[in-house]
Amino acid sequence: MKKYTKTHEWTKAEDGVLYVGISRHAVHELGDIVYVELPEVGADVTAGAPACEIESVKAVAEVNSPVTGSVCKVNDALEGSPELLVGDPDAWIFAVQPSEAAEGLMTEEEYLAYLG
Amino acid sequence: MARKTALYDRHIALGGKMVEFAGYMLPVQYSGITLEHRAVRQEAGIFDVSHMGEFLFTGEGAEEALNRLLTNDIRGMRDGQARYSLMANERGGAVDDVIVGRERADKFWMVVNAANRDKDAEWVKAHLTGEGVRFRDVSDDVTQVALQGPAAEKILSAVAKKEDIPAKYYTFSPDVSVGGVSAVVARTGYTGEDGFELYVMNAVGERLCDILDDAAKAAGVTLTPCGLGARDTLRLEAGMPLYGHELGEDIPVTETGLGFAIKKDKGEFVGREAIAGHVPEYCRVGARVAGRGIVREQCDIYSGDELVGKSTSGTFSPTLGEGICMLRIRRAFVDRPLEADVRGRRIPLERVELPFYKRPKKA
Repeated sequence: MKKYTKTHEWTKAEDGVLYVGISRHAVHELGDIVYVELPEVGADVTAGAPACEIESVKAVAEVNSPVTGSVCKVNDALEGSPELLVGDPDAWIFAVQPSEAAEGLMTEEEYLAYLG
Repeated sequence: MARKTALYDRHIALGGKMVEFAGYMLPVQYSGITLEHRAVRQEAGIFDVSHMGEFLFTGEGAEEALNRLLTNDIRGMRDGQARYSLMANERGGAVDDVIVGRERADKFWMVVNAANRDKDAEWVKAHLTGEGVRFRDVSDDVTQVALQGPAAEKILSAVAKKEDIPAKYYTFSPDVSVGGVSAVVARTGYTGEDGFELYVMNAVGERLCDILDDAAKAAGVTLTPCGLGARDTLRLEAGMPLYGHELGEDIPVTETGLGFAIKKDKGEFVGREAIAGHVPEYCRVGARVAGRGIVREQCDIYSGDELVGKSTSGTFSPTLGEGICMLRIRRAFVDRPLEADVRGRRIPLERVELPFYKRPKKA
C-alpha cells in the first residue's frame, strides 16, 4: 500500500526498504518531465528534506524523502527515460533504508481528501 | 485581483491551467508545453495575448513625437509597415521594447509589454513633445490573438481575402474582415515562426477565435491552443529578448544585442546622449547546456573562478532536446569556457549563435 506526503511523494515498503516516487498529481503539475537528477546511493536523507530534483520544461521540483535514512537503491532507468515517471504510476525514483520510523504519512484516501 | 481577458471563459472551457501574469489570469498551458510548442513549429497554434498593451498616436505631429520617444528611426515608414524599437530612459536603459505600426502619416499604434503598460503610459505622457499629437491607451478595449506557425497563413486565407492579408514580415493591414470580424492583422510574432497577430475589439474576441477554429477545420489544419509556457520556450529558441529578463531599466540597451533598433545618429531622442556615450561592458549571448540539466534565469555564470555574469532566461528546448539559455556576461569572457552555477552545481555551457532556432526557408 502506498503512503503519501503533503509534498506529493509516495512511498511503499518492500523487503524492509521504502521505495519513493511522486504522485500522479505531482506528475500532472510538473508537466513535461525532461530530467531526473537521482540521489547518490549511500547518501543520507532526512524526512521532509530534498533528496533529489526533477526538471520539467516548466520548472524544477525537489523530491523530498518521506523518511530519514540512507539511499540504498536508485532507479537508473530514469536517467535515460525520465518519461517513465509519466507513463508508470508505480515508477519509483529511489529507495531508502530507514533509520527512523516514518511519520505523518497519509493513506491514499487521506491524500486524495488533502488534494481536495 | 487579477483581471480576466475577453477569452477567459474559453480558456477554462479548453482546460487551460490558469496563472496570474502581469495582472491577468492567463493559461500557462492547456495540453502541455512541449506539445503546444511542437504544434507551433510544425503546424499552427493560437495564443491569447490580450494582456499586451496597445497605444494610439494620432495627429500631424505623431511621427516626430514617436521619433523622439524611441530609439529606432520611425521616419520614412510606409503605411502598413511595422517596426521593432526600444524606448530608452535618460540613462540609456530600456523603459520597454515595443512594436510601432504606421497606419497612415497621422496615425500610429504601439504595442507594449503587459507588465509595463501603466509605466509606459505615464512615461509617454511625461515625454511626449511637440505640437499636434494625441496619445491614447486603448489596451482595455482590445483583444489580441496570436496565430502562429507554418500553417497560419493557410488558416487565415480560409476566412480573409488574400489581398487583405499582409504579405511581408513586419507589415500589417489596418482593417481586415476575418470571417466578418474587423481586425488589425499584423504579420508579426514572438515564436520564430511565420504568423500573425490579430487585434479586435473585446466584444468580438471570442467570435474571432471561433472563426479561426472553423477556418482551421476548413483548411484541414490542426490549430492548437497554446499558453504562456510555450510562448516562452518558443521565443527563447528564437533568441528573442523578454523585458524583465534580457531588458530592463538598469540594463544599457547598448549591451542587449539589439543594435539594429538603435539609431543613435538619427537626431534627438530620449536616452540618446547616454547611449552614444556608453562603452558596453556586458553583452547578450546564447549558450547551450553541454550535458544534462537546465540552466534557468538568474544563475551565476563563471569562467573558472571568476564570476562573469548571469543567465537571464533559460529552459529546456523542445526542438533541440537540450537546455538553452541567454546570458548577460562581460564581453571579455564571451569566448572563454563558461559554467553556470545551478543550485550549487557547476554545469558547463557552450556558447552558440543566436537564434537557437531559425525556421526553415520556404521552398
